[in-house]
Amino acid sequence: MFRRSSFWARSLTIAAMGIVSCSRSGKSKDDGTAGPVGSGASASAAEIRIGQTMPYSGPASSYGTIGKLQAAFFKKVNREGGIQGRKINFITLDDAYSPPKAVEQVRRLVEEDRVLLIFQPLGTPSNTAIHKYLNTQKVPQLFAASGASQWNDPKNFPWTMGFNANYQMEARIYGKHIVKTRPEAKIAVLYQNDDYGKDYLKGLRDGLGDKGKLIVAEATYEVSDPTVDSQIATLKGSGADTFVNITTPKFAAQAIRRAFDMTWAPAQYLNNVSASVGSVLTPAGLDKAVGLMTVAYYKDPTDPQWNDDAGMKEWREFMAKEYPEGSLSDGANVYAYLAAQSLVKVLQQCGRDVTSENVMKEAGNLKDFAPAQLLPGITINTGPHDYLLFEQMRLARFDGKTWVAFGEVLTASN
Amino acid sequence: METLLRQVLSGLATGAIYASLALALVMIYQTTHLVNFAQGELATCSAYVASSLIAAGLPYWIAFAATIVLSFAAGVAIERLAIRPVTGGPILSVVIVFIGLMLILNSLTGWIFGYTIRPFPSPFPEKPLFGNTYIGTHELGVIAVTSVVLLLLYGFIRYTSLGLALRAVAASSESSRLVGIRTEWMLGLGWGLAAAIGAVAGIMIAPILFLDPHMMSGVLLYAFAAALVGGIDSPGGAVLGGLLVGVVENVVGAYLIGTELKLTVALMLIIGVLLIRPAGLFGKVVVARV
Amino acid sequence: MMRPRSLAPIALLRHRPAVPVISALALGAAVLLPFVVSDYRAFEVTQVIIQAIALLGLNLLTGYNGQISLGHGAFYATGAYTAAILMSRFDVAYWLTLPCAAVVCLGVGFSFGWPALRLESSYLALATFALGVSMPQVLKYKHLAPWTGGVQGLTLDKPEAPWGLPISPDQWLYFFCLAIMVVLFACARTFLRGHAGLSVQAIREHPVAAAAVGIDVPMYKALTFGISAMYAGIAGALSAMSVQFVSPDSFAALLSVTFLVGIVVGGLSSVSGAIYGSIFIQFAPKVASDVSKAAPGVVYGLVLLGSVYLMPLGIAGGLKRLAELVRERARGMSRKRRRSHV
Repeated sequence: MFRRSSFWARSLTIAAMGIVSCSRSGKSKDDGTAGPVGSGASASAAEIRIGQTMPYSGPASSYGTIGKLQAAFFKKVNREGGIQGRKINFITLDDAYSPPKAVEQVRRLVEEDRVLLIFQPLGTPSNTAIHKYLNTQKVPQLFAASGASQWNDPKNFPWTMGFNANYQMEARIYGKHIVKTRPEAKIAVLYQNDDYGKDYLKGLRDGLGDKGKLIVAEATYEVSDPTVDSQIATLKGSGADTFVNITTPKFAAQAIRRAFDMTWAPAQYLNNVSASVGSVLTPAGLDKAVGLMTVAYYKDPTDPQWNDDAGMKEWREFMAKEYPEGSLSDGANVYAYLAAQSLVKVLQQCGRDVTSENVMKEAGNLKDFAPAQLLPGITINTGPHDYLLFEQMRLARFDGKTWVAFGEVLTASN
Repeated sequence: METLLRQVLSGLATGAIYASLALALVMIYQTTHLVNFAQGELATCSAYVASSLIAAGLPYWIAFAATIVLSFAAGVAIERLAIRPVTGGPILSVVIVFIGLMLILNSLTGWIFGYTIRPFPSPFPEKPLFGNTYIGTHELGVIAVTSVVLLLLYGFIRYTSLGLALRAVAASSESSRLVGIRTEWMLGLGWGLAAAIGAVAGIMIAPILFLDPHMMSGVLLYAFAAALVGGIDSPGGAVLGGLLVGVVENVVGAYLIGTELKLTVALMLIIGVLLIRPAGLFGKVVVARV
Repeated sequence: MMRPRSLAPIALLRHRPAVPVISALALGAAVLLPFVVSDYRAFEVTQVIIQAIALLGLNLLTGYNGQISLGHGAFYATGAYTAAILMSRFDVAYWLTLPCAAVVCLGVGFSFGWPALRLESSYLALATFALGVSMPQVLKYKHLAPWTGGVQGLTLDKPEAPWGLPISPDQWLYFFCLAIMVVLFACARTFLRGHAGLSVQAIREHPVAAAAVGIDVPMYKALTFGISAMYAGIAGALSAMSVQFVSPDSFAALLSVTFLVGIVVGGLSSVSGAIYGSIFIQFAPKVASDVSKAAPGVVYGLVLLGSVYLMPLGIAGGLKRLAELVRERARGMSRKRRRSHV
């Protein structure tokens, strides 16, 4: 009996000690049901506290560069005087791309660190996990780094706004283009077996409308698969002459090369995430990527046509000075730069009234905001009932050296 | 029919990839009776080292040889520094050390080299043999190189006294010491050889999969399965296991169940094989006598 | 002089006065905790408690029975999804989902453990690892999506405190999980002390001898698998309620590896080791990320290696040795004192 007490003694003591040592300032709860944390939360006179969760470890750690760039960006903003005199205190935490970890970290940011908003939480699963919580707590889930459609629902979730161009919208453009230009096409689709891939597939089907039967073959792959060779073989074997390639960079390069090696030359649409000249098309082989089509909304840092572009020069200077360890061929670093600028714009628009309500109001009040890294003709526009930042995209075709835009600027409706 | 041929051939090509890493796993198993989870990451590191050497201007084969030597040294160093402190303790502690190494190496390569994928040069000609479109020259090269490594490994373990000493140490280190074998050196040798084999695997695989820090994460599971299906103490079994796993996986995904459950079904089949032959297809069945 | 048994507690107080006092204090601290820290900290400790239950399950199988499992994340996921499906599709009360998850996982674990008997160490490790890796794929499968929510997962509501108690949902869940943990740990302790538990450990030590003594080795091994899966499943169900969200990405293969790390660092063959291990796997990654954003894996890996080198028997083993050293020191000093009195 006493040995059991010593077991309890040891374990519970250690547990209690560990816990008490971890809680910094013990906050007492006055009543069991406190109101939402965020309501009325405002920045202090000296600082604006911003929280973020990002996969710095684990299988999605390649996206960690986004948080690192943004931390460097906000440091620069602070050095240059901050936002109307207030410094940005940017707290970014690792969630290892695991939804339960994301929930833990976001709760810590909201309830312990008392952040004003959560900026660019990355990944559809993590965002889904914190979606309801942040809306109940009335803390902005601002510019979520995910293109899923559920972040554009101001009626039911007024505190959530996505940043990425919507995946379904992009795929709809492909679908409509196919119907317009190749109405008798036989379509094969390769997509990642997760929320990201399935969202695209849905958009494609929507874009095809009642021509959904044009899809003759579908194949999925897991992020943990070593290659997609088998899938490409299956898709080729289906006799398709149009290939919609919804893959992340590594698999996109493999798919492009493998299709070429198998002498399969379909009309190929490549999703925007993997359209980088330097990080995808060059490893695959530039000659193998001729004729590929994609939609884009921001400039590819490895595309030679932007070598002397003012906006990209500004970005490269920033990278060299503030974030030298970042890769100049990673499009994610341009994306991160755009998102950081958008946040600063929203905060500046808030003026003196930097509260969570006003932040969401001003986020829904971006008019013709065009950071220099966006493609010409593309601007950011939001409204109180329209939380989609990017509603314009341009189709582009790869000519062996660079992406050449063609057609007019497409909007979400057409 | 054409597609079936394609699936089988690409299955053999992917299987060769699994087989090459599986050989490194077999080497470690011959030395320590444990499966090394960090083997994939070691191979990736070696591939990055080779890539850096080539980018610095060294010709391909010099870089290849240099990487193998460096990897051998790294393997010995890891055995001395990381594994030595836990030998003699519970087996699971060593497994945790492997896991720790895997995490460290993965994060380190990401930090040093970044996460954008890199192309890796291939020593084999770009043009497919006889103009065929089914299997590339490099893939055939991987099969060839893996077979050569297999023969060398098999010959070493079976027909040299060093190989015999290695096996003796793994079987019983006390008895080996009594016979005069330097056990510490043998352990170091085993690790060095495994790292070298892994380096070859990494250099051969990188042109196909593209070099990035997560290159081997997916391959490791299949290599593990391949090694066990073939029999963890049989190098030939590991290679055959690899080829089998590659082909089965492709055929299952293309014809049986679709790509959405390909991984699951392939693994279940492998487990099924193990249930019928618990020591793998070509492994030695150990009989315990009371 | 004979000490009557009724005076034994007094004897304990005289020889080891600290133990009952510490126990009372520790229990008191655990009960008071949610009232002195924020809801978020209570939530965090709840996660530690839930993981400890899963780790204890794995420890029963791997530490006490010697069967290595690299796939306990799959049983954890099974429990979580059972609870989530019952709660969101069938409106079952949260507390009722626990016995359901327990039964389901007991069945699944036993059915996996029975054929897996034939497999030895590395082969069993592969089979369980395969299970852990396949689970997310199965959960994403489109034909199961009407139940599992597919890639999007399922969102749940947090259980409210019953009977109108004036505590927050986080506090209520903390007590709920704490109570379940205490019960499950006590059950495990009793099981391990009894005949069944000793048989289980005998199988780990020497399966052939155990069989020779008359222990039904296959039945015990499969049963241990089932019980271990049951613990993991209950923990999974609790985690689903606590995090209020389940998705295939929540149960990736790395989770099973993390559980293994937890029991080895916490202490194999030690019930309290599950708690130490849970604290480790909860906080060590966070510390690693704080130290380095660029390469958190390096820091975490080094911490892991350090723990294994310094404490080869886990934190529990390390603490036991420390306690023994202290006791040796105390005994040495009291012996010196007694000698000097002569």
